[in-house]
Amino acid sequence: MFGVVRQKVSAGGSPLTILGQTLPFLRAVASPLRSYSSAAKEMTVRDALNSALDEEMSADPRVFLMGEEVGEYQGAYKISKGLLDKYGPDRVLDTPITEAGFTGIGVGAAYHGLKPVVEFMTFNFSMQAIDHIINSAAKSNYMSAGQLSVPIVFRGPNGAAAGVGAQHSQCYAAWYASCPGLKVLAPYSSEDARGLLKAAIRDPDPVVFLENELLYGESFPVSAEVLDSSFCLPIGKAKIEKEGKDVTITAFSKMVGLALQAADILAKEGINAEVINLRSIRPLDRATINASVRKTNRLVTVEEGFPQHGIGAEICTSVVEESFGYLDAPVERIAGADVPMPYAANLERTAVPQVEDIVRAAKRACYRSMPMAAAA
Amino acid sequence: MSAASLSSSINVIRSASFVSDKSALVSNARPSSSSSAFLGSTAKLRFNPLSSPAASLRSSVVAAAAASNVVKEKQPKSSPSGSHLLITKEEGLELYEDMVLGRAFEDMCAQMYYRGKMFGFVHLYNGQEAVSTGFIKLLKQEDSVVSTYRDHVHALSKGVPARQVMSELFGKETGCCRGQGGSMHMFSKEHNLIGGFAFIGEGIPIATGAAFTSKYKREVLKEEGCDHVTVAFFGDGTANNGQFFECLNMAQLWKLPIIFVVENNLWAIGMSHLRATSDPQIWKKGPAFGMPGVHVDGMDVLKVREVAKEAIGRARRGEGPTLVECETYRFRGHSLADPDELRDPAEKARYASRDPITALKKYMIESNLASEAELKAINKKIDELVEDAVEFADASPPPRRSQLLENVFADPKGFGIGPDGRYRCEDPKFTEGTAKV
Repeated sequence: MFGVVRQKVSAGGSPLTILGQTLPFLRAVASPLRSYSSAAKEMTVRDALNSALDEEMSADPRVFLMGEEVGEYQGAYKISKGLLDKYGPDRVLDTPITEAGFTGIGVGAAYHGLKPVVEFMTFNFSMQAIDHIINSAAKSNYMSAGQLSVPIVFRGPNGAAAGVGAQHSQCYAAWYASCPGLKVLAPYSSEDARGLLKAAIRDPDPVVFLENELLYGESFPVSAEVLDSSFCLPIGKAKIEKEGKDVTITAFSKMVGLALQAADILAKEGINAEVINLRSIRPLDRATINASVRKTNRLVTVEEGFPQHGIGAEICTSVVEESFGYLDAPVERIAGADVPMPYAANLERTAVPQVEDIVRAAKRACYRSMPMAAAA
Repeated sequence: MSAASLSSSINVIRSASFVSDKSALVSNARPSSSSSAFLGSTAKLRFNPLSSPAASLRSSVVAAAAASNVVKEKQPKSSPSGSHLLITKEEGLELYEDMVLGRAFEDMCAQMYYRGKMFGFVHLYNGQEAVSTGFIKLLKQEDSVVSTYRDHVHALSKGVPARQVMSELFGKETGCCRGQGGSMHMFSKEHNLIGGFAFIGEGIPIATGAAFTSKYKREVLKEEGCDHVTVAFFGDGTANNGQFFECLNMAQLWKLPIIFVVENNLWAIGMSHLRATSDPQIWKKGPAFGMPGVHVDGMDVLKVREVAKEAIGRARRGEGPTLVECETYRFRGHSLADPDELRDPAEKARYASRDPITALKKYMIESNLASEAELKAINKKIDELVEDAVEFADASPPPRRSQLLENVFADPKGFGIGPDGRYRCEDPKFTEGTAKV
């Protein structure tokens, strides 16, 4: 939650205005709600990812990074800054523009025991390589009956950025999370980024690591434990960012920030929301989500991707299947608009969930909303 | 026999089987400018690195002329016994046995399929044995082979026991992949057979990655003398796929120890290679990326073997990749479900007369390397081996139900956390196969 106060959003958008209004209130409430003790240091997500890559590459010589512009350009988003100088061109490979080719090369190297980290400039480009991610990486351990494990990490920015248009803005969480054999992670804060990337690189299975371009520049406080080089977060466990008792809001990646802001607005109106940062989309931490819903009896899922067959759909179904008797209100699903992402800034704002949408949905779940016709 | 008669001994094999094939007319010096699809079956080996695109055109003519000299000159070094034949008796018997194993196994697969013991997609390799045997018998156990869905014979040549391959096809627990993969997905870590891929073109980047690993191990991990090579087998249809070109580029860019072997059998299911490709001479695509492109008669195991020796040697020495186009033919349809109506019976007859097994048999008998009786004994031995494999597969149990959830992840915690808060893989019902996930 502290991250909300210190947010330096790198692209424009309405969240800033809400931020300004809620700032004084947040500072007062911040301290008692902190879940970790004295965190004097702050780290951007970009630095968190860079340090995680650096540490894992120095710990294990089998780890290497490959992708477009990761070397001499220092990374398309500067995530791999300094790594080429430190590890040389044998371990930080600038590839030609051949997603299918170099992803397959990474998988082939993983079959033989190396640990590649394949960077996609955005996950939209992973569609050119999706055959290798699904068919030769995810399914291989199964098809070979355990002979060939694939310790590979596919990482890159996912989801909407600012004004980049339809072909650069899709969220791939739902697509990859539906495939058995893959692990799909979506960090939010710097702590998440560091811990989950380290866990992903050490993991013996293929991991799809969905970052977010707009979060790269954001700073979050990190404790000394997080900065330790053996820090690792478990894959498959969600984090309860803010505890509450009235309604459960689940989110991942950038939406966690919006959910936390929404929670603050709701708190002013007397609704104590619990915000869950999913962290791991596959495997989904159904246990934590269901335990939370059994406590609060209401659910709102938030995601940035397309609504049909999305992450929210899976969470809602999981809750309906396992905790139906505990629900006091219909489950609410917030997702991006069911259209390709428009370019115009005002339309883009309406195509991606905003804090008001989350607040409205939470109020609806608590039967406190204004009477209105079909919701957003 | 003198060196001069060596090339005539190669010609003996060729002319015996090239009954009406246009390419029989070629002399070793013919440049590659005619419009026929297959220009001679001599290896056009290129030994000088290309300095410019213009040089490549000139040197292809030079290389064509040099090819026969190369083969002639190389021969005395390659046969330690001092004879002037291309192979020793042991090598010849090994090649013969391997090809007969491939043929007998595939024929048995067809029988089993029509009896209902094998199911799904089954793609047979009859007729192409020379390519698999010619290349794979020169590899070490640590070298990797990547194949497509037509992978039974590649698996057998690489050393996977026939029993395990047959069990895998029957879907039994004793298969090389415990019945999880099937006909199209043969994997063997022990023998470094890394697939078995159903998508054409999918294996090529994987093979390039395996070659990358070999180079990485030598240069970054400093494993002394790691010179493992990778051979990627794929068809003529795949040679039009984007991933193929991406990998030709990267393999040459990074000088990876890989050999790209095109098994050009002229047909991609029912699509003729000539209808699908703007320039049907696939070997030319190698020089376009800066690597040697070689065309060889894939129905002649000795010729394939000579080319393979050179290409594998190049890769082991760190000189980079080679593209080898093998002119070959599949005697059966694309798969056992293919009625095979589009291919001209005259074409099939022409290639049937060039059967690689018959050709090798003839060569060995005429060169006094083996007697008819010895070869017949091998045939008998292989028949018994294949029968035994079928019996073994029949008698093997199908996989247990608990195998359904196994091996999805190397780290089984990937199934996540159950409602009781513990990892699902720790639930005792998980190993019984009754856990709900």
